[in-house]
Amino acid sequence: MLRLAPWLIIALLVGPILAGLAMAALPAFGYLPALGGDAFSLDPWRALLAQPGLARSVAVSFTSGLATTAVSLSVVLLFLAAASGSRLDRWIRRMVSPLLSIPHAAAAFGLAFLIAPSGLLARLASPGLSGWERPPDLLIVNDPWGLSLMAGLVIKEIPFLLLMSLAALHQIDAERRVALARSLGYRPTIAWLKVVMPSLYPLIRLPVFAVIAYASSVVDVAMILGPTLPPTLAVSILTWFNDPDLSRRFMASAGALLQLGVTLAALASWWGLECLVRRLGHGWVAGGQRRRGERRLRVAGKTLILLAAVTALVGIAGLALNSLAGFWRFPDGLPQTFTLQHWQRALPALGGPVAATLMIASTATLLAVGLVLAALENEQRSGRQPAQGQLTSALTLLYLPLIVPQIAFLFGLVVVMEALGTRPTRWLVIFGHLMFVLPYVFLSMSEAYRRFDPRWSRVALTLGSTPNGAFWRVRLPMLLAPLLTAMAVGLAVSIGQYLPTLLLGAGRVSTVTTEAVALAAGGNRRLIGVWALAQASLPLLGFIIAVGLPRLLWSNRRGMRGTP
Amino acid sequence: MSLPRSCHALAASLPLVALLASPTALATPDPGDWQAVVDEARGQTVYWYAWAGEERTNDYIQWTADRVAERYDIDLVHVKLSDTAEAVSRVLAEKQAGNDERGNVDMIWINGENFATMKANDLLFGPWSEQLPHYPLTDPDNTPAVRYDWTIPVDGLESPWSSSQVVFYYDTALVDSHPRSMPELLDWAHDNPGEFTYARVPNFLGNAFITQALLELADDTEILYEPMQEEDFEGVTAPLWAFLDELHPLLWRSGRAFPSNSSELRRLMGDGEISIGLSFSTTEASGAIANFELPDSVRSYVHDHGMIGNMSFMAIPYNAQHKAGAMVVANFLLSPEAQAHKQDPVVWGSNTVLSLEALEPADRALFDDIDLGVATLAPDELGEVLGQPHPSWVDALAEAWQARYVGR
Repeated sequence: MLRLAPWLIIALLVGPILAGLAMAALPAFGYLPALGGDAFSLDPWRALLAQPGLARSVAVSFTSGLATTAVSLSVVLLFLAAASGSRLDRWIRRMVSPLLSIPHAAAAFGLAFLIAPSGLLARLASPGLSGWERPPDLLIVNDPWGLSLMAGLVIKEIPFLLLMSLAALHQIDAERRVALARSLGYRPTIAWLKVVMPSLYPLIRLPVFAVIAYASSVVDVAMILGPTLPPTLAVSILTWFNDPDLSRRFMASAGALLQLGVTLAALASWWGLECLVRRLGHGWVAGGQRRRGERRLRVAGKTLILLAAVTALVGIAGLALNSLAGFWRFPDGLPQTFTLQHWQRALPALGGPVAATLMIASTATLLAVGLVLAALENEQRSGRQPAQGQLTSALTLLYLPLIVPQIAFLFGLVVVMEALGTRPTRWLVIFGHLMFVLPYVFLSMSEAYRRFDPRWSRVALTLGSTPNGAFWRVRLPMLLAPLLTAMAVGLAVSIGQYLPTLLLGAGRVSTVTTEAVALAAGGNRRLIGVWALAQASLPLLGFIIAVGLPRLLWSNRRGMRGTP
Repeated sequence: MSLPRSCHALAASLPLVALLASPTALATPDPGDWQAVVDEARGQTVYWYAWAGEERTNDYIQWTADRVAERYDIDLVHVKLSDTAEAVSRVLAEKQAGNDERGNVDMIWINGENFATMKANDLLFGPWSEQLPHYPLTDPDNTPAVRYDWTIPVDGLESPWSSSQVVFYYDTALVDSHPRSMPELLDWAHDNPGEFTYARVPNFLGNAFITQALLELADDTEILYEPMQEEDFEGVTAPLWAFLDELHPLLWRSGRAFPSNSSELRRLMGDGEISIGLSFSTTEASGAIANFELPDSVRSYVHDHGMIGNMSFMAIPYNAQHKAGAMVVANFLLSPEAQAHKQDPVVWGSNTVLSLEALEPADRALFDDIDLGVATLAPDELGEVLGQPHPSWVDALAEAWQARYVGR
């Protein structure tokens, strides 16, 4: 039974993606009988290449994939190197989960309101400091190069990479490495960067790849913060799919394949950059310099992450303020009047979607956790430890849903599901969510599981326990803290899903996220504030339970409470 | 260009699979026998796919759901869309997969462009709408907008729901006298650079603005109501491009970015970034003031030449599973009660499609009692309604706009 788990996972994830891609590929080459396309041709590609601004769309998507990742990763690594053990360190570690639970769209709205020429910062500075009576005509949000888009992505990807790094750090014994390097005279930040980072990076490589893929193909954040003339490739594809002129479907499908190519190209370039950095970095690591740049790196490590965290939090605070605001004329720093009207109107409508969201998210997460535990336990018992962080194990196919852009295969997947006669129901949506929840649960769970000292199980077996008994009574309770964290991550991922919910549920399954995005189409910032806060509070609940439950259960066993 | 045969085989086998999986065909209801339709509708669940970006719209749909549940025992479910084309995509995916009888979409709130494509691709059920008991109240013989949606004959394939007209709105605290035509708008923009913008084409409000500009600037507008011929395009649209080329550098952000839809445009107005905006709803400004989104100094105006207007409709896809229920709901939406409730700006403020002359005095009184709000023009101030040009023109305009202004 257990041996089937990895294969079941692969089938659940890879099958739908390949089928979805195939159904996108057929129209991309002109085959879509429902629209009268019954011969293969290259016309969709010609139409695609003739689109105005296509080169620029592609360039922005590609760049934001690489730049977002490079910046987020640098900020996380510098922070880990510079702030270890400080008060900032403890604060940031406590903030990781809440920051991670802010939905992407909400963070984007928050940032947009913060930095726009008529936004919160300009209001606070006007007219006193800036002299602006009217908002200045500056192109900050929606800038043609996607800089605000990248900023919005960076503040969301930092907590993700940080969480993944913190999980991985446990297995490489960072403190003792730093201690050793320091005894040789290296300053702490330099020491961390030289002796810990090179071992850490391979362990967080997959999450980094996931960030590249996500940032190069994201839809909702790009709609809010990204350029508009032309928008990013993923947004363009969505508009073509939604064009009233149905013949554009062919071109949209070709665009979906192009998006896959752009994402793969970004991944390949990153891989090239890795090689370059490895070569250049080698000289630096082995060069023996012990203190040069210490101060600057230390300052950067502390300030950059602080800036990102504070930006995200102030953005959310701005949304919260908006959800209570009456009319709020520029340049007033605060709304002229406050009202509960927005909350009162929204609350009756919140109940159904909240219940549906929780039901779908918890089912998908429980299924995912069950499958992941089965696969990991199978790995332990068969004694096959895949080389950690390597891309060779069959289970790395697990990460396919994180690498293949959603927009490239979901439209095709809907056709496949229709053809199989499946009715759009909650179960189909749960299945769709499972595809994205599984990899994240696996990412969060696997390192803790693999580094779990096998001697505990061996002791249990020696004392006469069966392998199953050892799993249920020793391994699982001792892994409760990471297990709950993985579940919280799973819940957060599921709650944030928009396209899979909409497409596989035929729009009939409404969750907090689909409601929030539908309302976001209306652009009413006050209402968006209400829904974004509701949307953010659900995953936060998961994280609070994940931190609180072990402390409650193991209140008399300090070692079992897990590290925050 | 051809691909291996196996691809053909895969694609060809999909409809077959669907056929095997679906149960026996359902009988199609006959709208001519209305009592039978109402009987069949009893107990049905109707999935209504409708744009949901506006809370007032959603509240009104919920109000409708409560009424039809009470009176016709219909469970009306609002499927909330951020773009109507999502519903069209769904019907298309179903057709692609061979699901011809048990479609998920029972009813769509639809506009002319989507209607034109759905009709052209045989994705609609009907004719049915002219047999609805409330249909005569629209006075179809004297109201061409009921019979022709963007010049496309309706042919009983959709039932009218709301009528709308483009209006401009401006902040009286910032603008002394508003423009009354496109050339005046251009002059005003020269004096007030960065204070006007419109929604990005091909959003329908963006399309409406450039179409309105063309209707005002072109020498001959008759031709715009016929299907477009390639050779006419350049000559007819030349004044429009000259106008836009001059206007764009004077727009908000110098025309380097555009708001993506009407709501974003409204937000720019609320934030004081622009001082003139436009909308497809005559009551938008009043509603937004009541909702704290716009300052109470905002008022509406129209151009002397008349403004583009159209109707939006209810359509039933060819494969809808609950056609009877959808027809009963569409008929209820056409009732004086539902139409008057919808027109009230406190509720929604979307204009009726009924002809007030065709109503009984008691029903007409429902409309007379409505307070339209401070920033709404009275019906006689709205001026002439210009019809929507043929969709082929609008499509070509949108494409030319993109080729001209995107990615420069």
